Amino acid sequence: MTYSKRLDERKNDELRPMDAKAGVIPNADGSAYFRAGKTTAYVAVYGPRELFPKFKQDPKKGLLRCHYAMMPFSGSGERIRPGTSRRAQEISMVMEQALLPVIDLSEFPNSVVDVFVQLPQTDAGTRCAAISAAAIALADAGIPMKDMISSVAVGQVDGTIVADLSYGEESYPAVVSDIPVAMTHNTKQITLLQMDGEISKEDLVKALDAAKSATEKVYDVQMKALKSKFSVENKK
Amino acid sequence: MIVNQNTIKDLASKQMRIDGRALTEYRKPILVETNISWTAEGSARVQVGETVVMAGVKLSLEKPYNDTPDEGGIMINAELTPLSSAEYESGPPGIKAIELSRVTDRGIREAKAIDMKKLCVEPGEKAWFVIIDIVTINDAGNLFDVAGLATLAALKSARFPVVDTETGAIDYKKKTDQPLPLTKEPLPVTVYKINGNLVIDPTVEEEQVYEARLTVATDDKGTISAMQKGGTESLSIDEISMMIDLAQEKATFLRGELDKQLQ
Repeated sequence: MTYSKRLDERKNDELRPMDAKAGVIPNADGSAYFRAGKTTAYVAVYGPRELFPKFKQDPKKGLLRCHYAMMPFSGSGERIRPGTSRRAQEISMVMEQALLPVIDLSEFPNSVVDVFVQLPQTDAGTRCAAISAAAIALADAGIPMKDMISSVAVGQVDGTIVADLSYGEESYPAVVSDIPVAMTHNTKQITLLQMDGEISKEDLVKALDAAKSATEKVYDVQMKALKSKFSVENKK
Repeated sequence: MIVNQNTIKDLASKQMRIDGRALTEYRKPILVETNISWTAEGSARVQVGETVVMAGVKLSLEKPYNDTPDEGGIMINAELTPLSSAEYESGPPGIKAIELSRVTDRGIREAKAIDMKKLCVEPGEKAWFVIIDIVTINDAGNLFDVAGLATLAALKSARFPVVDTETGAIDYKKKTDQPLPLTKEPLPVTVYKINGNLVIDPTVEEEQVYEARLTVATDDKGTISAMQKGGTESLSIDEISMMIDLAQEKATFLRGELDKQLQ
């Protein structure tokens, strides 16, 4: 265990500074802003609205679609060409699957709920920031939800289990594992699980356990954002 | 979309608008914030009323074009994101996004606002290319003016990245304190003609009832660097002359707001 002090001097279970706001895009039915360190995500929810083309409609329930996009200037290297990439498509898909377990669209047959993500700047953990922002935006849009979804990465850097890896940690020159996780608040079920790097099974279980308290911290920020928009005191 | 078409026209002839503004008044607030993206060499978020646009500048070293071996280049791209309005869809840019990016591009390029020769590092071999991406966050109308403001603010805030003197590789994570060689500061202002009256800064509803519009990019001396007429009806030379006067006046106003907020 040589990784005893984190690169940005955080405690092992400490997340990067977070910020969140609900209702930031007036045109959308629901929207949110979420920041974790130097990663920021804007999310807009449109719908439920009628789904076209019609053959994609489900007469039993509404469909959830996520669209993840990095702004062309949001990468830490060269400009990213606009338009979708294989990476963006995969993240869009895992976002949908991370959010669907808590979303009930049975009352909206033949319709679609679209979730659009745009990231103006990224450091690490963009899918987690996108999912955490999307959960706020879906709640803001009044989409029926059974539980809240909070997302953050956990992992292991050179033997040490840490929460919310920075880009420096993801690319640390040692054995590293990066495990983006999304979790339901009440039932602590995992709805997103990806990982790259190397880790033993025992350490993985420890890391997932650490994800419980890590996502709890994200949850607090999400709820604060929603409460500050919807609490009675703020309504004038 | 069915809108208050007749109301907007009737009010315009009485010098009034649905939201209570004067015909040539910008919405409030006008907010300019720069350095909103650490990954861009320059960036800005501009809000006018409820319209929000972000712009980011990326710089790269490329081989100059054959016909201008001692010059760098610029490119402006605009994305009307489906995040910003229910009217926009995912996919390749439509004609509205193309027009927005090309009109913004001409305003900067034709004014020679960036000294292209100063972007050259090694004639025929290496020069800086400036790529500006405009991304809409909330389209509540008048994207031309808001995108133009965001573009200029992003350009003004841009700083060159550090280049390794031996390998020539760009270290995008480190910035120098050297700004872009900006020679002037052109800003586009779009004047709309609604029921014969000249209108500034339309809402989305108002954008659906105009007869004609004219975007005029002018620099701080009032020199015109780009124009674009839009709309399905004609304009007289007198009308165009009045529209340009108004555009120059409003560009001065916007430039004042920009300078005030970038201090």
